[in-house]
Amino acid sequence: MRAGVVVAVVLIHCVPAEAHLNSTGMGPVYDGVAHFFTSPEDAVPALALALLAGLRGAAYGRRAAFTLPAAWLAGCIAGMTATTSAGNAVLSSFWFLLLGGMVAANVELSLPMLTVLASGLGLVHGYMNGTGMGHSEPALVAVLGLVSAVFVLSVLVSAVVVSLRAEWARIAVRVAGSWITASGLLMLGWAFRR
Amino acid sequence: MTGHGRLRRAITVLAILNAQTALAHVQRGEAAGFLTGFRHPISGWDHVLAMVAVGLWGAQLGAPAIWVLPVAFPLVMAMGGMLALIGVPLPGIEVGIAASAVLLGAAVMFEVRPPLVVAASLVGVFAVFHGHAHGTELPAGQSALLYSMGFVIATGSLHALGIGIGTVHRWTWGRTLLRAAGAVVATGGIFFMWKALA
Repeated sequence: MRAGVVVAVVLIHCVPAEAHLNSTGMGPVYDGVAHFFTSPEDAVPALALALLAGLRGAAYGRRAAFTLPAAWLAGCIAGMTATTSAGNAVLSSFWFLLLGGMVAANVELSLPMLTVLASGLGLVHGYMNGTGMGHSEPALVAVLGLVSAVFVLSVLVSAVVVSLRAEWARIAVRVAGSWITASGLLMLGWAFRR
Repeated sequence: MTGHGRLRRAITVLAILNAQTALAHVQRGEAAGFLTGFRHPISGWDHVLAMVAVGLWGAQLGAPAIWVLPVAFPLVMAMGGMLALIGVPLPGIEVGIAASAVLLGAAVMFEVRPPLVVAASLVGVFAVFHGHAHGTELPAGQSALLYSMGFVIATGSLHALGIGIGTVHRWTWGRTLLRAAGAVVATGGIFFMWKALA
């Protein structure tokens, strides 16, 4: 009887399932950080945007570093209120192709255009992340960890690229962009595989 | 309650106390997907020879070909892979791959210097065959994105290896060595052509 009571109490205190989070064992903040860095479909487009911003200069890097995480946060919060999951390989491929292609071509885009791209990327991927996280308090904390990871990646990568002066190093960045585009093309093929 | 009964209940309670967060979406096979993709381009000598030759030729031609060719190849190769994945057939794939090693090797051996557009187009045409072959052979059940990334990174690394070897071009003996490397690639291509046609 007493054992039955213990079992009932323990079952009532079960930790909520967080279906789309990687458990690091270090708490929800680190779960969010780990989720971002172990999800290439999220991390690679963010990396591509940071590369693009870095190639254009410090002002672009600053704009991307603050716009992208803010939009990602807004997207996550919007996604957490949704009832269905919104993961989509075609949509992810689109960002790989667009941003990777822009990096490879070293497109001279305006600052408002970069802001639009960062906002779009953040809102779409944030929304997709949010739909898989549920409504619990730990999930909200995990979102903060995830958004922090987006910020750190954007700042570090764009800062490194801004600092590059050697021609070959800037070409290497553009080659990385072409690899991102190529990966996006293959991913698109996988999505329509017959 | 018997001793066994108490033990069973104690184990049950301990197991429940030790319950972990359910991770219904935990990622599995991701590393395998990346490694399988990475291994694919380097697993066949016909692919390796052609991709290294692209880097060698780029190094021989100098800027901007040194980076245009290695950028063009993975992009068009991915396009070929995508065509295979969506079921678009391409005839004579093995012959095309062997021909790429023969012609790219010959280009390095004779230090052929065509206009950039011609060189990039030639590399691009051959890349379609390589990409299509890889796309046809992609195993099911892998992480699509990580497989693709491994696949592209391996291809780019082979180009980088070719460019690295090609840096010897600045010395007289290096130019001779590079032309000899081109001859090796072309010979390998002839062997694979013979195998494809036999």
